[in-house]
Formats: sequence, C-alpha cells, structure tokens
Amino acid sequence: MSSDHFVRFENVDKSYDGKQLVVKGLNLDIEEGEFVTMLGPSGSGKTTCLMMLAGFETPTNGQIYLDNKVISDIPPHKRGIGMVFQNYALFPHMTVYENLAFPLRVRKIPKDEADKKVDKALSMVSLQGFEARMPMQLSGGQQQRVAVARSLVFDPKLVLMDEPLGALDKNLRESMQYEIKHIHENIGVTVVYVTHDQTEALTMSNRIAVFNDGKVQQLSSPDELYERPVNSFVAEFIGENNTFVGEVIDVSGNKCKVKLNTGTEIMANPIVAKSKGDKTTVSLRPERAIIDPEKDMDNNHKGKIEEVIYHGDHTRLRVDLLGNNDFILKIPNSSNRMDIKEGKEIKIGWNSVDCRALDPK
Amino acid sequence: MSQEQILSSDGIPLEESLKKAERKNKLKAVLLVAPLFLFILIIYIFPIGDMLFRSVDDRMITKMLPKTFVAMEKWDGKDLPDEPVYEGLYEDLSLLKKNKTFGKIIARLNYEKSGFSSLIKKTIRKIDKLEEGNYKEQFIKIHKRWGQAEYLVALKNTAPNWSYAKYLKGVDLKYDENRNIIQQDEDRRIYKTLWLRTINVAFWVTIFCFILAYPIAHLLATLPMKYSNLLMICVLLPFWTSLLVRTSSWMVLLQQQGPINDLIVWLGWAADDNRPELMYNVIGTFVAMTQILLPFMILPLYSVMKTISPSLMRAGKSLGGTPLVSFVKIYFPLTIPGIGAGSLLVFILAIGYYITPALVGGASGSLISNNIAYHMKSSLDWAFASALGTMLLVGVLAIYWVYNKLVGIDNIKLG
Repeated sequence: MSSDHFVRFENVDKSYDGKQLVVKGLNLDIEEGEFVTMLGPSGSGKTTCLMMLAGFETPTNGQIYLDNKVISDIPPHKRGIGMVFQNYALFPHMTVYENLAFPLRVRKIPKDEADKKVDKALSMVSLQGFEARMPMQLSGGQQQRVAVARSLVFDPKLVLMDEPLGALDKNLRESMQYEIKHIHENIGVTVVYVTHDQTEALTMSNRIAVFNDGKVQQLSSPDELYERPVNSFVAEFIGENNTFVGEVIDVSGNKCKVKLNTGTEIMANPIVAKSKGDKTTVSLRPERAIIDPEKDMDNNHKGKIEEVIYHGDHTRLRVDLLGNNDFILKIPNSSNRMDIKEGKEIKIGWNSVDCRALDPK
Repeated sequence: MSQEQILSSDGIPLEESLKKAERKNKLKAVLLVAPLFLFILIIYIFPIGDMLFRSVDDRMITKMLPKTFVAMEKWDGKDLPDEPVYEGLYEDLSLLKKNKTFGKIIARLNYEKSGFSSLIKKTIRKIDKLEEGNYKEQFIKIHKRWGQAEYLVALKNTAPNWSYAKYLKGVDLKYDENRNIIQQDEDRRIYKTLWLRTINVAFWVTIFCFILAYPIAHLLATLPMKYSNLLMICVLLPFWTSLLVRTSSWMVLLQQQGPINDLIVWLGWAADDNRPELMYNVIGTFVAMTQILLPFMILPLYSVMKTISPSLMRAGKSLGGTPLVSFVKIYFPLTIPGIGAGSLLVFILAIGYYITPALVGGASGSLISNNIAYHMKSSLDWAFASALGTMLLVGVLAIYWVYNKLVGIDNIKLG
C-alpha cells in the first residue's frame, strides 16, 4: 500500500545476524521538500535506515517507497538519490571538477551542459575556481562542500547525508549547518540527514525523527520535540532535563498529582501517565523552573544550592530539590543575582504545564 | 643593521653549539647504520663490482704473452708478421712451458678461434728442440697454422686488456678477424632465443599472477576479519614453505603419471597412452612460477586495496555509476600503485628465476639464469656468466627506469 508521501518506510525490519533487530517495525513518512533529521545515539538504527533508503542495505522485512514506487528491487545506481558520506568519499584520484562531473558523465549529459551544472553546483557552495584542485589539496571544510555539491549536481530529488559534519571542528560545523540549511531552502530538495548531534538536528531540520533501539520514538518539529517530548527517552536525549520519579495519585482535567518517592506531592501535566496508580518519570526543563517566583505557581518548593557553575552568559546551579540532588537550574548572567552561593536555601517554582508526567524509566 | 652573530647563553656562537649538540646524535646514527652498510658493501656491492669487472677483464693472456704482443704492435695485421713476433712467441711460450701454466691460454685462445688448442699444444711440445734464430721458419715447420695469417690476427685480437666480446656473445654477435661486429654463425645463435623466452615467460607469469591475484587481494581486503584471516593464512602458508619443496611438489603433480594427468585422462581430454607433457617444458615453468610468485602480487595489491574506503564504491553507485563503471573509474585506478608494485616485483623476480625453471623447465623451459648457472658451474666461463648477469642487471634497471617514467616510483606501494 502506498500513499502520496514522498518517502515512506512501511513496517521495515532490519537484522544483520538473524538474532537481533537493528530496526524494528519502522514507519516513517517524509514529504517532498522536507529536511528530516534522523537523530539518535550510536547503534540506534538511524544509519541503517539511511543505507536502506540509499540501497546499500536491504530491508529484512517491510517496504520502502520513494515517490510512490517500491524501491527494494531498484539497485542503488538507478535510485537517483544524492548522498553525502561521513568521510566525504571524494574520489582521491580525480580533480574537484571530475568528481562533480562523474554523476553527469555516467548519465551521458553533454559536456557543455555538464560544465554549466558543475559551475552552478560549485557556486552554490562558493567554491568557484577550485575545479582543478585534487581533494587532498583541500581543507576539511572545502572537501565537505565539494561532497555536498557533488550530491546535488545531478539534480536529485532526494539527498541523504550521513553525519556529514562529524569530522569538522565546532566553528566550521556551525557555519556549515547554516550553509546546508540555506542550500536546502534555496533549491527545495528533500533532505534526509543523519546525526547524533542534537543541536545540529534542532538547527537544521523541519522535522526530527528521534531513534532509539531501532524505533522512532518521536517524529516532530524541533520546537515540538523540545517543548513537548512524548516519552522520557526523548526528554532525556534532547536538551537538558530534570526528572522526578513517582506515582500518579490523582488526575483532574489537564493536571495530575504525582507523589514522589520521597513523599512530596507535585502537580504535573499528564502526558503518558494518565490514570491513577501509574508509575511515572516527571520531566522539567531547567529554564522553566524559576527562582523566587513572584506570583504563585502550581509548584513551590525549597532547595539547597549544591554547586554553582559559571558558564559565561549564564550560570548553572545544581540544587538538591525534593530528593533529587542533580536538579539543574539556569540563570541568566545579570547583576541582580549576586547573592547566589553554595549551601544557600532558595525557593523554586514552576507551572504544572511544563512539568510532564511521562513513562517510567 | 649588520647581521650579528647570535650567541647561546654561555657565549658560544649558536651555530657551533648546535653542531656540538647534534654531533652525538649523528655519531649514533652512523653507528646504527654501519653494520648494514658494511654488510651491503661486502655481500652486495663488492661482488657485483667484481662481476662487472670480470665480464670485461681480458688481462690474463696479455700477461702471459707480453713479448709477443709488444712485437705485434708494429705489425699491420695483414700479411704474415716478421721474425720479431715469432721470437717473442718463442720466449713467451718457453717461459710458460717452464712454469707449466699454459693450460689457461690454450682455453682462452680456443675461445677466440678453434684450432688453437692443437696448435699451441704441439708447439709447446716441440719448443725445446728449436734452434736460435729464424724462428718464423721453424714455427711454420712445427705447425702449418703458424703460416696462416688468420691465426696470428686472432692472436693479436686478444691483446687489449679489456674486451667486450662476452657481451657480444650474449646477444649472438661476435668479432670477425678484422674486429667487425657480425652475427654469430646460424647454428650457434642461442642467446637471443633465450633472452626472448626469459622476457616472454616473465611477462606472462606477471600477467597470470595479476589475473589470479586481483580477486584474491580484493577478497582479502573486503571480507570480514574472520574469513580474511583464514584466506591470508592460505596465501602466506605456501609463501613460508621452502621454494624447493614447492617446486618438487609441482614435479609430483605435473609428471606424466601424476594426479593432474590422471584427472585429464579421467575427464577424457586425453588418451591414457597419449598423456600430455606438463613438465620439462614451458608449461611447467609457467605453472610453477605463477604459483610461487603469486604472493608477491597479492600482498602489495592487498595493502593498497586495504586503504581504499568502501564508501568510495558506494559513492560511485549512489552517483549513478553502474557497479562496472564504478569499478573501472574509481576502484581500479586507485589500485594502480599496487598493480605497479606487484607487477614490477613479480617481473623482476621472474626474469632472474633459477631453481624452478631448472627443475621443471627442461630444455625448452630453461631461462637465462639457468644458462648463467651453466657457465658458472660447468663450462667455467665465469667472464661470460658475469657478462650475462650484468646484462640481466642492466635490463632490470632499465625496466625500473621505464616504470619510473610511466608510473612514477613514488606511487609504488609494497606494504
């Protein structure tokens, strides 16, 4: 069965050894023109999914559709999917021009037309004038751009990127993130991007598929993913997170009362744990907890500052709160909070909406 | 501002103190290199130099017939020489007889022109009976060949201290009586055939090795560790086995009543009473040499293929190249340094191969090295053996030079 999604994974399983499933019953739809990132820890099956889409691995079970066609029987070279590899995979014996012309030459595109396309692709990554260089003569960032240009030069409708920025240093990686994002916006190609770096995923993507244990845990836009994680893995994996473990003792509308293991009761937002008696892990983003709340919030508790960590633009506090001595608070570095010291007791408040009762870990 | 000399903190010029500091290290380096250097000098450079020298050295006869050659300097080499030459001959030969050292010059002169052997032997036998004066007439009386100019011309031709005659002989050429270079007599031309056969065998062995080694090396480089280790052992085990043992095994396998012939008969490809000869000819040389030299092709290829990232082939395919196109345009060009190294290695080893062709080659499968061995051990013409060896060495260097021009020696990768 297919529908009008551009890429569609349907109940895809993958096992390498016949004993363990690397990808379990994966369902994933990608729309045309989207920038979708597969994000997850190593071994979560994200690269395997990409390789199945590219045609270098075959699904053990299930189907993958591209443009409403089953692609399992199409060999990689006929899929017309551009790909950027982790280590760039530039052909070391060819010049930049020859590298870019390779996909055009095998498609028998006339030389003058090919020249134009190569030119256009190189200008897209601002590398005009580098045609005659060998890959070895380029810096890591330049090689990366050539690899991107090469994956786009034959106008594929889908481009796959397998941790393409992993080998670059931090500054270069950030500027390349924007560059790739802009290229995507300008030419409207569909991109499937694999990374284990959450900031990279949050910066670049339209939607992010968080992988763990061979399954997509959540597929949603970056802000949705950060603000409203659907389970405790996603909450833990994306951004920073404070957790409390407990049991739901009362539910009323969009609020629930959670009794923590220490005996304290807090108000939370029932997301996964919805009925009385459910075990739950409550998740709260550090920036949603406020020190000395002015107006009353649903939750108001006292904690003791265990550690003050100076981070330049902000200061992080590690607080012992309700039995969790790893409770992190972020405060902006403004002069009015100079009274914060280790060992001091402070009042901390937050709203129950921001405090999500998820599945127990 | 003038350039001031920079001083180190204790007032010594910087350059000098740097030299002083490094002197110890330099000395250490020299001492570490010295044993190998001496070893190469004694075992390698000196014998090769000696070989080169021997191949052109022709002083022995000059020393033995000094007076004759001095007298011959005035002779124009056309008609029979005058009395002084015969007088010189008399004195030289008498001395040789007294010292009993004439054996060597008989052999040497007979190389130059056959017929000298009996001439010199007879002369020496009768030399005591000669009377003083008029030696020319008496010599001709002892043997009529002393009256034939060609023998005396041949004798004169041996006078120079250095001779390239051995090299000419190595390519089926020789000097005629007038020192012109001419072709060897038809029935004595064997070296050109031998050289061509050697190059031919080396060339085809290289090709066969390449064809067999390429897929093996590729498997070695791409299989999972578990299988590639096993395969590597299969490659190395014969490599570690004695050459002689492997060649002898081939003799067992290839002989007329051997298992391979049995198989051919069993398959019905040949009649039992008409078994093909697989040994003591070129076939035997090809088969055994290819198997023995195979690791020398596999290992450099493997080491190069190991460095080629599998993502390159994937990239080629994802960009639209069929597996064949990706192989031809991407994988193959990247293996060229390995192919070059392996081919050079196999060719150079094959061109000088000795034991295997000697044991399984027979007459039609023996190579130039077997002929060198023959001249070293049996005919004892060391000068000629040296000349052949030198020609082989020069040939190998020439191949190396051509390779360097075509592929570049920097591109070579041995492991």
